[in-house]
Formats: sequence, structure tokens, C-alpha cells
Amino acid sequence: MAETAESKKEEADYKRVHSFPLIRHTDMPEEMRVETMELCVTACEKFATNNESAAKMIKESMDKKFGSSWHVVIGEGFGFEITHEVKNLLYMFFGGSLAVCVWKCS
Amino acid sequence: MPVPQRMGPVKPKQGSNVPSHLTKIPTVKLTKKKDEDDGTEMADGTDEWTQGKTLIKPPDQLDLSEAELKEEFTRILTANNPHAPHNIVRYSFKERSYKPISNVDQLAVHLVLDGNLLHQDSDEACRQRARQGLEKGNMPVESTVAEMDNERPDTPVFGEGVAEEFGAEERPDSAESKSTRREQKLTNQFNFSERASQTLNNPLRQRECQTEPPPRANFSATANQWEIYDAYVEELQKQERNKEKHKAQSMKKEEEKSRKKTAVVETQSDDITNVGRAAKIMERMVNQNAFDDIAQDFKYFEDASDEFREQEGTLLPLWRFQYDKAKRLTVTALCWNPKYKDLFAVGLGSYDFSKQGHGMLIFYSLKNSTFPEYIYPTLSGILCLDIHSSLSYLVAVGFYDGSVAVYNLKEEDDEATYRSTAKSGKHTDPVWQVKWQKDDMDNNHCFFSVSSDGRVASWTLVKNELLFTDITKLSVGGATVERSEEARHLTMACGTSFDFHKKIDYLFLVGTEEGKIHKCSKAYSSQFLETYDAHNMAVEAVRWNPFHPKVFISCSSDWTVKIWDHTVRSPMFTFDLNCAVGDVVWSPYSSAVFAAVTIDGKVHVFDLTVNKYEPICHQLVAAKKTKLTHIEFNPVHPIIIVGDDHGFVTSLKLSPNLRKKPKEKKGQELPKGPEVEVAKMEKLLNLLREPDNS
Repeated sequence: MAETAESKKEEADYKRVHSFPLIRHTDMPEEMRVETMELCVTACEKFATNNESAAKMIKESMDKKFGSSWHVVIGEGFGFEITHEVKNLLYMFFGGSLAVCVWKCS
Repeated sequence: MPVPQRMGPVKPKQGSNVPSHLTKIPTVKLTKKKDEDDGTEMADGTDEWTQGKTLIKPPDQLDLSEAELKEEFTRILTANNPHAPHNIVRYSFKERSYKPISNVDQLAVHLVLDGNLLHQDSDEACRQRARQGLEKGNMPVESTVAEMDNERPDTPVFGEGVAEEFGAEERPDSAESKSTRREQKLTNQFNFSERASQTLNNPLRQRECQTEPPPRANFSATANQWEIYDAYVEELQKQERNKEKHKAQSMKKEEEKSRKKTAVVETQSDDITNVGRAAKIMERMVNQNAFDDIAQDFKYFEDASDEFREQEGTLLPLWRFQYDKAKRLTVTALCWNPKYKDLFAVGLGSYDFSKQGHGMLIFYSLKNSTFPEYIYPTLSGILCLDIHSSLSYLVAVGFYDGSVAVYNLKEEDDEATYRSTAKSGKHTDPVWQVKWQKDDMDNNHCFFSVSSDGRVASWTLVKNELLFTDITKLSVGGATVERSEEARHLTMACGTSFDFHKKIDYLFLVGTEEGKIHKCSKAYSSQFLETYDAHNMAVEAVRWNPFHPKVFISCSSDWTVKIWDHTVRSPMFTFDLNCAVGDVVWSPYSSAVFAAVTIDGKVHVFDLTVNKYEPICHQLVAAKKTKLTHIEFNPVHPIIIVGDDHGFVTSLKLSPNLRKKPKEKKGQELPKGPEVEVAKMEKLLNLLREPDNS
């Protein structure tokens, strides 16, 4: 019992500790990267239960800010192979279990 | 029939109411007469009105009795035309008689007017409607607008009628609009005319353009829970490590860190430096292509005709180095870089006493003959330079104004790293030669300089300064003691050239403007070891033989080149070149080969093993009226560089005859190396000495 309690605590801990946004791969310029990351964090927090809405929000904001044809994928388990315009890709983790991939390709 | 009755006055004469119809003519006359008077008498007229009326009887009226008058007559009005004839007779040809026509036309035409109404189903109406239908369809708006603008009261009735019909049939949707607005104004066919115009439209052109699409790249990854977890764990670990490092390193000096950081930044190649490097390579490639034949010659060309010319050789001109800004300057010094065999330094200045201007220190590479590698402009003309034997980036330079300087090629600056000033003991006269020495005991670099003010000074690079020490003072007439001190000071000789012995460190030779050569030692500052009465004019160059320890060569403006054994006071060999000799230099590959340049533009190459009296090659190298000033052999390649007084440096290749190695005897292995050379020279000298000895 103590063990399970501990493990639960650990889980909660790890979730808390691993919640910060971690950029896995990107080739964006500094400013763009920071802005996009913050936008993703905001969207995921706002639509914590609905990945689609979060993705929609991110995509629409990116389109407005940086030009058309952005693509956004949010999920917990997926593999991908994409073609993106150089200097317009961000792949990051957030919230301990969410992975967000944002790229531009028209 | 009402007849206007005039009130005739009743004559008072008659005095009785006689009925009007019975009034006799004279009464009428009277009234008529009265009438005439009426015009003049107004007052009587009113009286007439008040008086009663009297009927006037016309003269042809029937006289009827009263009973007859009251008789009633019935009158019937018929449609018959009273004027129409009752009996019209026509001749009938059938019966050949006149026959009365039964019905006579009773129609009487009073008025004829032609109207312009059409029946709506008639042909003409249909046609018009069709035409109007098109117009209506085209301009429904205009007609409303027209209607709004101006009322046209003279619209023909039929037009309106048609329009109404039309509107109701064809445009039911605009019925509301019609009801709201006034009737659609149709264009009046009779006083409406169309006007149309067409503006000139510019012709159309097509333009297409295709831009480069932005570059794309592929990327693939997998997003799993374990991947995410791993990434986070790694990140946390890294953060912890960083925190530890920070704590540990806060103790260390921060300067180091910042330095390291800047170093890292510098090594990261900058865009501009990358471009610079690429450009440099491109430049060299282009030059190589442009001067491809020269490069091939440099490497591979061997003059075949040398086989036929037993003792003579030729010089093949290769690249010609020139720099725009150096055009008016004279090449005053040449020096090959000991480390990079294709790099050489050129000192530029002026020998002319009156025309002294600025100078330049230029480095050329054989790989790029069109533009120098390094350029250092100087305020005063350069007269000599020397590159350090081991640290090939340190260059010592002597100036016409008597100062010396050291340039560090590694530094980006255009300025000398060290420079002597008046305070720090610069020479008072032009510095004619500088030479690097071995590092002194404190591992400071030092070099020597000789100048026209008679001083041989040694300069040491200590930290940021140049410290000088006077080694020797040159005086006329040797270091004789008999002369009084004042006289000695006045008669200082002018050193024009010096050279250090390759093996014996302290031994060096100084050539003077008076034509003497002094053998000196670093240890003795006032005394010369030996003095040779070498030449009649200034000694331009004096050089030790690179192989034989005893032999040196000197040249002078008195047209001669002399070879000496330093133990003997008279020269071993003397060569007269028929022209003032600017420079002489030993070849690095043979102890018996040397080359000299004269101011008539010729290069003379001597090989003592082949011909002891005459040059095996003398060749005009420069253009007319160009004086050759300096010459240097390349330590590795068989080329020489020659500087002239127009700022050009020409490179020449030595033909095989000029660089002969001694012939191999069959079956005998020839020992290679300097010993051979020494032996060669020894043999030559022995030939000379024997007659001397004897």
C-alpha cells in the first residue's frame, strides 16, 4: 500500500516536474521559436481535453502571424515523416505526455 | 332665332304702344338714326335700356295672324342628311337604263383627323413591341433614371400603352418597383438618339514570373509516451549538471570563462570570413588559370637547348609581380620567407636622396601574382628587411629615416608592432641592412641593423618595446688609436651592408660607403678584426658563402664583384661587369654559383666550376631604362626574383645549366650535402692559392 501510494506520488511528481515545455527539435529563429512555444503552451493549457481545438487555435494563430499553410499535430502517441519549409519547424513536448509538432509547408 | 334687338325709343309723337311688328319702316329708320346718334350720346343709351323692348320685325317676315302664330308644329329629327339627295340615279349598263339607287349614303363627313393608334395585335404593333422589348431589357435602369430626371409630357400614348403591357409581361419582378416609382420612361422613338463611344483600350500583355520556392526539408520522429518521458528525464539531468557546474565554477576566475567564450565565438566561422576565404581561393584559382602556362613552366619547363649550349644557361621569365600603389617606388629589399617557400617580402622605397616619399612592405605569393597577400604602407621608404628564420611572421624593417620596425604578420593591424623612435635610439641616417639573430638568453628576439651614421646596433624586443644596444661604431681608417677623439667622431664611416656568418655567431662583416669591408665581432665594440680594402666605391652587398666557412662575396658600384677568403686580404676572384652592380647573392644549392644584378637591367649568373672568368649567363631581364636593384634565390625552387626601380618584381627560372650538379663518375657514389660544396670551393681556392703561395 505504501508502495502504491509512493508510486502515485512519484507519478504526480513526475507529471509536475516534467510539465515544462521541452523543445525536442527546431530550426526556427530565436524569436519565432519563443513565440510559437508560448502559443503552443497557451493552447494546450486552454484546451487540455481537446487536442483538436488546441491544434486549431495554434494553426490559425500561426497562419495569421507567419503566413499561410501551417500544420499542427498534437497527440500522445504518433509517428510522422513530414516535409517542411526550412526554418519553419517546431517539435516539442509539453505537459509530461503531450507532443506537439508544428510546421509550415504550402 | 334671336335677333339682337335694339331698344328703339318710342316716339312720343305716336304716344301709343304700337306692336313692334306693326311699326312702320320710318320707325326703323328712326331707330337706325338713333343708333347713329348713340355713339355720341351716352346718356340717352341708359334710357333706352330701361325702356322696354320692342320687337323688330324683319321686312321679309310673313305676316300671319295670331291664331296662326299659336299653331303648333311638330318637328321630327332624323338621321337623314337633309342635304343628301333623295334620288340618285345611276346608269345601269345591264339594263341599259337609268336606275334610281335605293339607299343613298346619308353620311356627312364634318371632320377628318388621322390618328396614330395601332391595334396591339396588328403586325406593326408586334414588331414595335419586339423592338421595344429589347430596349427595355437593356436599359431598365436608365429608363427609371430618365424618368426620375425629367418628365416627358409628349410621350406618345401608344408608347406608354405598350410599355405598360410589356412591363407587366416581361418583368413581373419589377412590378413592385414600378408601382413604387413612376412609370418607366421609355425612350421616345422620335426624338431620342443613341450616342455611343468606345475608349481606346490599351492592348493586353501577359507577364509571367516563377519565383524560387522556399527550401524544404524532411523531418520525421515518433511521439510516444516513453520518448517523452526519456526526453524529460534527460533534460532534468542536464539541468542538474549545469547547476552543479555553476556552483563549482563560481569559484574560478570569470575572466577565463569569458575569454573562452570569446575564443569559441571567434573560431565559429563568421559569414564574412567564410566568404573571404572562399574569395581568396577563387582568386588563386583564377590566377592559376590565367597564368596557367607560367605555372606549367615554373614547374616543368626545362630549357632543352641547354644541352647544346655547353656552358651557358638562360633565365626564363615567369611571373611579374606588381602593385598599383607601388608603381613609383623602387624595390629596395627582397626576402624569401623561410617557412612558406612561395611567399616573399618586398620592401619598397626610394634610393633617391631628393625624392623621398612613403614606402611599402608587401608580401607576394607565387600562387597569386596579381595582388599581394599582405600590404603595409609606411611613412618612410623601406631600405631593408629581414624575416625571422624560425618565426616567419616576424619581419624586421629598416627605414630611410633611420628608424627600425618589427611587423607581426599575424596581427590584423597595419601598423608595426614595434617601432624605434628618436628617443629609443633610432639611427640618424638611413638603415641599410637588418638581420635577425638568435634569441638572446632571455628568449627575446633581437636583430641587428647597420646604418649610414656608422653605428651597428642591436635591437631587442622586450615586451612592448625595442631596446637598442650599440655594437660597433664604424670609423674611417679603422680603429686606430692615434687619431684624436674629435677627429674620430667626425670621420664615421657609413655602413651600407652587413652579413653574419652562418656558423660563427659573433663574426660578421660590414661593408661601408668608402669601399672598405670590416670583419667585426660582436664581442669587440671598438675594434675590427680585419679590414679589407675592397672597392673604390660604396659596397652594395656583402655575403658569406652558405657552404664554405671562409668565403664571402662583395659587390660595389665600381662595377666589380669580388670573392674573398676572409683570411686573405686580397680578393680571390674579381669580376668586372661593365656596369654598377646593385646586388650579389650566393645560390642556395651550390657553393660556386652566384648571381648579380646590374643597373642596366641585366642579371649575371656565374658558376665557378664551369667558368671562372665569365658569367655562364647574362641576360637582359628588365625593360629599357629599368635598373635592377635586388636579387634573391628561392631556397627550394630553381627560381630567382629580381626587383627593379619601377616597383616590379620579376621571377625567373634558372635553366638546367645554371644549376648543374657535379657530374657523377661511374661507379662512384658522390657524397651529397654541404661537404661537396665545401670541397668544390676548396678546390677552386686551392687553384688560386697555389700561384699565390708560390
